[in-house]
Amino acid sequence: MAKLPPYLSTPERLWHYGFRVLCALIFFFLIFPLVVVVPLSFNAVPFFTFTKEMLALDPAGYSLKWYENFFSNLNWQGAVRNSVIIAFFATLLSTTLGTLAALGLSRPNMPAKTLVMSLLISPMIVPLIISAAGMFFFYSRIGLQGTHLGVILAHAALGTPFVVITVTATLVGFDNSLIRASASLGASPTTTFFKVIVPLILPGVISGALFAFITSFDEVVVVLFVGSFRQRTIPWQMFSGIREHISPTILAVATILVIVSVALLVAVELLRRRGERLRGIQET
Amino acid sequence: MAGATQQNGDVLVTADGTPLRISLARALRRQKIRALFLVAPLFLFIVITFFVPIVDMLFRSVENSIVSEVLPKSTKLLVEWDANGNALPPEAVFAAMVEDIREGRKNRTITRVGQRLNYETPGMSSLFRSSGRKVKRIKSGPYKSALLKANKKWGDIETWKLIKQFSTNYTSGYFLAAVDAKKKPDGEIVRVDEDARIYIELFKRTLKLSIIITMMTLILGFPIAYLMAILPTRTSNLLLIFVLLPFWTSLLVRTTAWIALLQQQGVINEFLVFAGIVHTDSRPQMIHNQFGSIVAMTHILLPFMVLPLFSVMKTIPKSYVRAAVSLGAHPWLAFWKVYFPNTVPGIGAGAILVFILAIGYYITPELVGGTEGTFISNRIAYHISGSLNWGLGAALGVILLGIVIALYLLYDKIVGIDNMKLG
Repeated sequence: MAKLPPYLSTPERLWHYGFRVLCALIFFFLIFPLVVVVPLSFNAVPFFTFTKEMLALDPAGYSLKWYENFFSNLNWQGAVRNSVIIAFFATLLSTTLGTLAALGLSRPNMPAKTLVMSLLISPMIVPLIISAAGMFFFYSRIGLQGTHLGVILAHAALGTPFVVITVTATLVGFDNSLIRASASLGASPTTTFFKVIVPLILPGVISGALFAFITSFDEVVVVLFVGSFRQRTIPWQMFSGIREHISPTILAVATILVIVSVALLVAVELLRRRGERLRGIQET
Repeated sequence: MAGATQQNGDVLVTADGTPLRISLARALRRQKIRALFLVAPLFLFIVITFFVPIVDMLFRSVENSIVSEVLPKSTKLLVEWDANGNALPPEAVFAAMVEDIREGRKNRTITRVGQRLNYETPGMSSLFRSSGRKVKRIKSGPYKSALLKANKKWGDIETWKLIKQFSTNYTSGYFLAAVDAKKKPDGEIVRVDEDARIYIELFKRTLKLSIIITMMTLILGFPIAYLMAILPTRTSNLLLIFVLLPFWTSLLVRTTAWIALLQQQGVINEFLVFAGIVHTDSRPQMIHNQFGSIVAMTHILLPFMVLPLFSVMKTIPKSYVRAAVSLGAHPWLAFWKVYFPNTVPGIGAGAILVFILAIGYYITPELVGGTEGTFISNRIAYHISGSLNWGLGAALGVILLGIVIALYLLYDKIVGIDNMKLG
């Protein structure tokens, strides 16, 4: 942190530090709940609280049994499998459709662009409970309620806005003369697409795909309505776990998920930097 | 291309002789079609998986065909009957009703009529269930006295009025129920009894809690967005992680964390007891009430306020405030008169985003809200999976959707949908 200029008055200095303390408290509020679940998940007793042994750093107060439970319990393992399957196919679907649409939307002569864009990203704006209710009504009419396919389609619909937005953002700085250059050098449109366009928009596509993946992976409202026990995902299992019998296994799962989200955060940030470097945008 | 065009009188033409203007228009149209082709698959997909379900919900909120479907003969005859007169329907209607109930019992649909009418007047469910059982003993007429013997409610003119009222294919009944009103059989709209009015109250509470949560995120989000905006990029990027990490973490993880913190034997209460601030017998109740909902949702939605605020504040040149100060303004005045007005677009964007998200929240209030901290969405979920009154759930959903669309249009006016940014 830069040194304070010498001409500041005492109240100004006090404000300078006071403001930073205030901000530190707010950052603490943001991060503390995530940090606190980590030690609690190593609890030896089935409560959500720090025991005396834990505070005394006594090894007897800590245990890995909740992690063991997570990895051995069939309900949880089924949930992991469902989560991965559903998120994978939903991501595949929403990334493919979303990238194509973003390419179309970014063309200079796309008609009714604003209207189409706002329709395409509306699944992100409509409250989940309404989407879930509507999908429940309609999918049960056509027999998709309680099937993997139903949940995958629903999650793909929820994930596409993120893909459309991130890929469109990547295409904002896109230099169209590159396509003309490629064409003038004799490349077919297909070659141009795979050799010129795809490498340039790939970071945007991947980060859009990550958004879509995390949307599906985290989503619980739609799974609760469109899915059934056979489609239970990790959040579904956590939700029913919290409502029925609260056990620190949920905290162990939470810890694993925090680690997954840290990894995703790093991945998205690296992709963003790489994308900007590739397109020649200087960090400001 | 210059070589492809040639002068032909006044009109520029291309190599094949078509005027350049037409040829260009044709090329433009081709490009438009190509762009549309790229968008079309997603558009169709969203229509089928998302818009049709929403439309289906709209339809369910007014749909009412069950009574006339299960009781086709008697409802047809009831059209002729004058509901405002004081006489029971004629014998023919009773005969048709006996037939309809017998048929409905065979198809196992009769209880659904009872269930439907029970939403309007309690007691209807048992009327149809008991009549369904007794109707097979009615061999021959007169059907009126036979049906009256089966259940004396058939002698009540209100029963018939109710059946006539709900034998139309569409109804405003669910929407009226969603705003604590009902239509009397004679068509007058009245408010329901005092102790049955819950939805207006729930809508008010949802709005109140959403406003409180939006204010809280603004109060907490503004200082940290400002700090990140005035610090050098390297430091602010580091601080941004503190905002993005919760943003990326599963909603259920964050809700679980607040349960661990706030509950009676939770971390905060244990700490307060340990520090001697409260006695172990008088631990404050911090969860399963409005306080729990507000704290947890403020934490969960805070990143949605900070990110738009930060992206707006980053673009405000520092020289503005310096200029104001050098012209003699007190730093506070410079902040208030120069810096703050520049942040208003960010405040608007963040506030509407948080408000829209808060108003439709379901999971967190369900788990930490108890009974007094729940939202309208919890009631929608209850009607869909608990009480199975789908029509009412759909009507509540449509009203909520209306509120959200209005806010969405407002958001579009203030920031523009295109300017939406993530991360």
